[in-house]
Formats: sequence, structure tokens, C-alpha cells
Amino acid sequence: MRSGARCGLGLGVASLLVVLTGDGLSAQGLPQRLAERIEVPPPPFSDGVFPCSACHASMKVNRTRRPLADMHTDIILTHDAEHRWCLDCHDAENRDVLHLAGGERVPFDESYRLCGQCHGEKYRDWRVGVHGRRTGDWNGHKAYLLCANCHNPHQPRFKALEPKPAPVRPGRPGR
Amino acid sequence: MDRRVIPAAAVAAREDVGPAKPSRVSRREFGSCVAAAAAGWLMTACGPRRLHELSKDRLRARLRDLEREYSERYAAPVTVTDTPAMPNVLFAYALDISRCVGCRRCVYACVDENNQSRDPQVHWIRVLQMDKDRGVDFTHADPYYAPREVPEEGHFYVPVACQQCRNAPCTKVCPTGATWTEPDGIVVIDYDWCIGCRYCMAACPYGARHFNWSEPSIPRGQLNAKTHVLGNRPRPKGVVEKCTFCIQRTRDGRYPACVEACPVGARKFGNLLDPDSEIRYIIEHKRVLVLKEDINTVPKFFYFYAT
Ligand code: SF4
Ligand code: SF4
Repeated sequence: MRSGARCGLGLGVASLLVVLTGDGLSAQGLPQRLAERIEVPPPPFSDGVFPCSACHASMKVNRTRRPLADMHTDIILTHDAEHRWCLDCHDAENRDVLHLAGGERVPFDESYRLCGQCHGEKYRDWRVGVHGRRTGDWNGHKAYLLCANCHNPHQPRFKALEPKPAPVRPGRPGR
Repeated sequence: MDRRVIPAAAVAAREDVGPAKPSRVSRREFGSCVAAAAAGWLMTACGPRRLHELSKDRLRARLRDLEREYSERYAAPVTVTDTPAMPNVLFAYALDISRCVGCRRCVYACVDENNQSRDPQVHWIRVLQMDKDRGVDFTHADPYYAPREVPEEGHFYVPVACQQCRNAPCTKVCPTGATWTEPDGIVVIDYDWCIGCRYCMAACPYGARHFNWSEPSIPRGQLNAKTHVLGNRPRPKGVVEKCTFCIQRTRDGRYPACVEACPVGARKFGNLLDPDSEIRYIIEHKRVLVLKEDINTVPKFFYFYAT
């Protein structure tokens, strides 16, 4: 039962990637990195912060773990704050990209690969369309969202929402 | 079988048992009988036909008439299509109970998309708040919850709309054949044939059908002008309506409106016959349940726990 399920999952992901690259034949020939590219909306940067290098180019890299006092004070890290800090995900040499744990650099619009390092199960579900919201065509082009479009990467827990109004209780017409 | 057909001969034989009565039909009675028969013949010959009985030309004309009528009433260019089911498609839905936060965005997206009456209010989707301690339990479900923020501690949410049953009790009880299951699995209602007897509402175990007690009201400018004849076209007073998996969208390949509206991505939709669809993946890999499984309605609406 279990192994059958795994096998099915592998196939599901493989066929999905073929669709996503838009070219079934070249999918196998491409390096893994390109084959995994998924079309996503732009990352949700705060206004005017990107490219990060615009400011950081002229600054010396300080790798000391510390509270940020001069800039980015709006960022409050509640994402495993005990063990993480900026440069675990943001690249110190090239400020306009992120990096994986192994050092490979990834652009912001591939940040799902970064998230997927720890959240493998969610990443798998997201790629087959089970985790996260999709829009578009159920039998054609589907629009994905980046993890960061819904979860603030620094405070990933979903915020509570105000519910829309409750339905009116049924009454008798004319009373 | 309780609804056995009694052969005409047997009926005649039974009536023969009583004392023989001379039955003379007066000229007047004969006249009214003939008139009634003629009226009956006229009704069936010229009255409304079931959609699948209509010739292509008559159907086209009927759709154009509807478009004209609605466009005038809502002062907008309304289209009424009859897009048929796609081959090799059986629609199914899945909803992630572990994600839904009960925000009711889906309810109102549905109202807008499907032209439900605003006043009196008709909602095809009802979000039930349930206690985590009790599990899925309809006797303790509350659709009227209204806290400042959701989700509320100790609760979970189960949105319920038409379950598009494969063994649908609602279609079996309809005396006029106004509701049936389409080849792609959508249970539809022909509003022209619905006589408002509400038998189907009594038969539906999910409370998924809703009756228009008064003339439905949709404010001008809020009508979704892209309609399907068996779906979201404006309904008259006195007919039953329900979720059609957004037939006007899904038969064009699009996701239903509620799928796109849900902020937490709890709603999934696709083709049950496609082994690569999200729906199949969910059924094969997640914990899945259907509501009231024991009554054998065989819903095509699945609830699952992604985590
Ligand atoms: S949920 Fe109710 S209305 Fe929908 S198909 Fe089943 S019995 Fe019919
Ligand atoms: S929009 Fe999504 S989260 Fe909100 S009530 Fe509907 S299904 Fe639940």
C-alpha cells in the first residue's frame, strides 16, 4: 500500500513537471534545476527594497549574528528564530538572490526550493497542486503562488481572518 | 418495488366488480372532455420541452429569448450558453478540512458568480463550524458562527454544498424530470421544468438545495452576465437551485469560483478520470472522507486532511 502510494507520487510529480516546462521532450535532457522551474507570480517584495544590491553593494558584509538596528527593523523573525537568521537564506555575496543550505544560489522567484529544504512534504504537495491555491484552468494552464505569496517568510504562520457575515436565519416570509 | 404499474386491464376488471351502471355521456360532458384532451395535446406539443428533447433550432431560439429578456431586465449584455459536457470527464471536488479557516470567502464568491438572490438571501455553500472534540457531527454543527476572527480555538470548519452524488436521491424523486445527472457528473436543474414541489429538497440529505420563495433579487450591475442555461442564469420565483460545480466555468476548463477565492487553498477541483489530476492524487495519497457515507449517496465531493 505504502510503496504503491510512493510510486504514484513519483509519477504524478514527473508528469506535472513535464507540463510545467511546457515541453515534454526536453524535460529529461535538462539539468534538474531548469526542469524544476515553475511559473509563479513575482515575489511579494516590500515597496522599493529590490534589488537589494542597490544599497548593499556599497556596504561591508557583516556576518555576525545580531539584531538589526539601522535597517529592516520592520522584520520580526518568528520563523525558528532561535536557530535562523538572515544569512541562512539570503546570500551575503550576491544580495539579489537566496541560497540553499548547500550553497547553491537561487533567485527569489525560485524560493520554493529554499522552503522545500525543510518543508519537503509541503513542497511535494504544492507541486502537485494539493497545498496552496491555484487559479486558472483545471485541465490546462494553472497559476501557482510562491510560498511567500501566502506565508510571510519571516513570520510564516497564517494570520487570523475576519469572517464574512453569517447567513441570515430562516424566517417566515411576511412575518 | 412499491411503485408497481397496475395494468390497465386489471383496473378495468376491478371497476367491473360493482353493480353495472349505465354510463351515458352527455353532450356537454363529451364537449368538456374533448376540450381537456385538446388542451393537453396543445400543452405537450407546444409547451416547454425538456432540454434534451428540443431541436437545435428551438433550443437556440429559447437561449436567444432568455438572453434578450435578461439583458433587458439587468441592463447588461447577458449571454446564456448550453455548453455540453466534455468527453471523458467526470468532475469531482476535494476540500481540505485541515486548512479551511471558516472565513466564508467561498460563500460570497459563489453568490457573485452564480447570481444567487441577495434578498431573500440564498447561499449555495454553508460553512458549518464543528467542535474538534466531537469530530464531524451534524447535530452540533453551527452555520451562524460570527466571531471577530476565525479560526476559533477548538473548532474546525466544514463547508457544505451539493455533493454531486452519483446515486442522487434528489433526481429520483422529481416528478417532472426537471433534475438529472449530466455525463460529466454534474447534477443539474432545468428551471423551466421545475414546478417547485420541493420533493428534491426533502430527499437531499445535505440540505444542498434551496428554494426561491420570492422573486430573487440581484442588484443591477452585480449580475454575472456570463451564464449557462443549467447553471447561473437568473432564476424565476418558485424554483429550486443548487451548486452546479460552476458549470458555466468548469465546462470551459476553468476552476470553480470558490476554488479561486479560498485564501488558504483548501479547495481542489478536477477530473476524476484523469490519473494525473489533483483530485486523484488526493484520493490516492491523503486521508479522505465523504459526508454521510452510510446512506450510499456516493458523493463526488471529498473531504480530506492534507496533514
Ligand atoms: S447533495 Fe443533495 S442536491 Fe446534490 S446531488 Fe446529492 S442529493 Fe442531490
Ligand atoms: S474560503 Fe476557504 S478557508 Fe474560507 S471558508 Fe471557504 S473553504 Fe474555508
